[in-house]
Amino acid sequence: MSQTYRYILGSKTYQFHNLADLMAKATPQRSGDRLAGVIALSAEERAVAQMTLADVPLKTFLNEALVPYEQDEITRLIMDEHDAEAFAPIAHLTVGDFRNWLLSDHATPEVLRAVRWGITPEMAAAVSKIMRNQDLILVAKKCHVTTAFRNTIGLPGHLSTRLQPNHPTDDVNGIAASILDGLLYGNGDAVIGINPATDNVSQAIKLMQLMGEVIEKYEIPTQSCVLTHVTNTIECIEAGAPVDLVFQSIGGTEATNSSFGFNLNTLAEAQEAALSLKRGSVGDNVMYFETGQGSSLSANAHHGLDQQTCEARAYAVARKFKPLLVNTVVGFIGPEYLFDGKEITRAGLEDHFCGKLLGVPMGCDVCYTNHAEADQNDMDNLLTLLGVAGCSFVMGIPGSDDIMLNYQTTSFHDALYVRRVLGSRPAPEFEQWLTRMQIMRDADRHILNDALPEPFARSLKALPGGRA
Amino acid sequence: MSDRKPEGVSVQPADSQAEQHLQNGKVVENPWRRLRDFTDARIGLGRAGISLPTSEMLAFQLCHAQARDAVHFPLDVQALCDALSVLPGLPQTPALQLHSQAVDRVSYLQRPDLGRVLDDASREKIIALPSASAAAKSDLAIVIVDGLSSLAVQQNAVAFLSPLLALLQAEKDPWSLAPISVVEQGRVAVGDDIGELLNARAVLLLIGERPGLSSPDSLGLYLTWDAKPGLNDSARNCISNVRPAGLSYAEAARRVLYLLREARRLKLSGVKLKDRTQGDVIEHSGGKNFLVSE
Repeated sequence: MSQTYRYILGSKTYQFHNLADLMAKATPQRSGDRLAGVIALSAEERAVAQMTLADVPLKTFLNEALVPYEQDEITRLIMDEHDAEAFAPIAHLTVGDFRNWLLSDHATPEVLRAVRWGITPEMAAAVSKIMRNQDLILVAKKCHVTTAFRNTIGLPGHLSTRLQPNHPTDDVNGIAASILDGLLYGNGDAVIGINPATDNVSQAIKLMQLMGEVIEKYEIPTQSCVLTHVTNTIECIEAGAPVDLVFQSIGGTEATNSSFGFNLNTLAEAQEAALSLKRGSVGDNVMYFETGQGSSLSANAHHGLDQQTCEARAYAVARKFKPLLVNTVVGFIGPEYLFDGKEITRAGLEDHFCGKLLGVPMGCDVCYTNHAEADQNDMDNLLTLLGVAGCSFVMGIPGSDDIMLNYQTTSFHDALYVRRVLGSRPAPEFEQWLTRMQIMRDADRHILNDALPEPFARSLKALPGGRA
Repeated sequence: MSDRKPEGVSVQPADSQAEQHLQNGKVVENPWRRLRDFTDARIGLGRAGISLPTSEMLAFQLCHAQARDAVHFPLDVQALCDALSVLPGLPQTPALQLHSQAVDRVSYLQRPDLGRVLDDASREKIIALPSASAAAKSDLAIVIVDGLSSLAVQQNAVAFLSPLLALLQAEKDPWSLAPISVVEQGRVAVGDDIGELLNARAVLLLIGERPGLSSPDSLGLYLTWDAKPGLNDSARNCISNVRPAGLSYAEAARRVLYLLREARRLKLSGVKLKDRTQGDVIEHSGGKNFLVSE
């Protein structure tokens, strides 16, 4: 079934031995593809691969599985649930035509929504490889994906934040201190989500109760999540813990997910368990997934694919379970996968575009580690670009410094910056709460109150040695 | 400058105007900054408008600069070897100066696979040692690796080894040591090569960890029993965050000794060797947090 692709350039003939090879060679340069040995060997080979890929009909992706159907449940998910009717309007296009079609005035938000389930992750990945950054931004902005639990995420013109109050020993007051800091900076509408320091069920329950009590006491229209393994969360639900969202890191091949210790059935079971709690007030999207280019290679489960194609396939897993949030943790994995600010930026825009095109509520952990060639300026750039592209949510953390996971992500201040320069707003229910609590003095102009709001002042006063 | 005043603005004395600009353009401070008693997170930073105040922005950049330097400054191998040569409890053989197959930092950062194996010259150096023979099997090979923070190694390796070697010398059942090695551009698995070539029962590897913004000097310790190429990380035990502001040298040495004894008793390391020197569940100053304690 697999076909060789050829392109004749002057006296040279370039050959790509199958579709996976062509996709990999057409991918903009990044260190993870070099590490995997699938990268184009020259800039010319990459450009030629992109021209060759542009001529491939979209239909090819329905006939030629990049990971064998028999070996991989994600390939089966993609093929079995492909919607031929939704695909009909674009069925005659090549990858190159598809780029033109997506950019055309014809492709309105409504039209893009209608073809969503006709597009496979591989089609999205392929077209993204021949799109410039501005194309990725322009089309993503037209793809509206709205989800809801206790508030509404992803409305056009809105940007939400995950409040990430991590602490290296899960100290309850340390976590509460970061939650308070975030709320008073107007953050936390996507979720209050903790990466636990110790990954066990009793620890997770303790943290769920902590967040549940804060949300209840201050009547915050948001949701909580402990980012522990899906099987732990299922146990938490069985033990009666207040689970809002179920978390899991997911990858784009069955072997990746096996290495993470779950399969599609596990996710279905967890989704059902969380739905049974009926804790959402305005919607029933109960899943929170994290992804990131390079995870399949890192698990030695990439089947010779480039890392961006593997990543896009993870969105097929995500959309199956109607998540509230999907977060591509773009710079966390390190420079052996994304070397510098330029590669991180490109990957962030690709992931956001592919996710939105496929109907995934895509947010981005705009981040880097200290051994990557990146700094705060690179993060400012990517954050601004994603804000323009209509990214659903970003992270919010005190002063950009995650003292538990040892990496830098966007801060509470950063979220207010991007909201101010772009005029984007928090989830509407949450914004009303910010005004009601007098955290925001002027929501329209994104101006915070200089004084400490009374309910929080009371809590501070109650502390030993407390004064407001 | 125009003489005309904008409409609707009252004319004020210059002093009072300047005063107003100062007053209104001030940094807004956050009274909850005192909650830093509970966390090292950068809470209560205050704000200029909605942005970071100058002092906080520059303080962050200093931390990032230190973390970057820790990654990119080469390890001063000579200074380290000089310090090791006078450390009591090490074998007389001078430290072996070794190098991975990653030729420089750029290749090290992009190709973790190259950092996991010794280059040919280093292998030959070990093979040429008279002690590296089956007859001369030793109990423990100590390997020092630059990893991702030369700073961590430079500041903490000798300071940690000193109490550890004292503990090892005091053991009833003695520990024979292979020559100590120092590896440049190395990752954790490079110790597997060395353990096998040196014919040592166990490898204790000291490595500079990925630097955090507030912890650029974190040293990691990895214990591997019966090290040989091809092992994966589940075969190792790790102790992290050894540095003055983290896990103390004495405590780290105590935990390593425990693991070494257990490894020798059970003839294994990794997930089946549990570190019972500390509890599995984290307990804290009681129940409710301050936000809901009223």
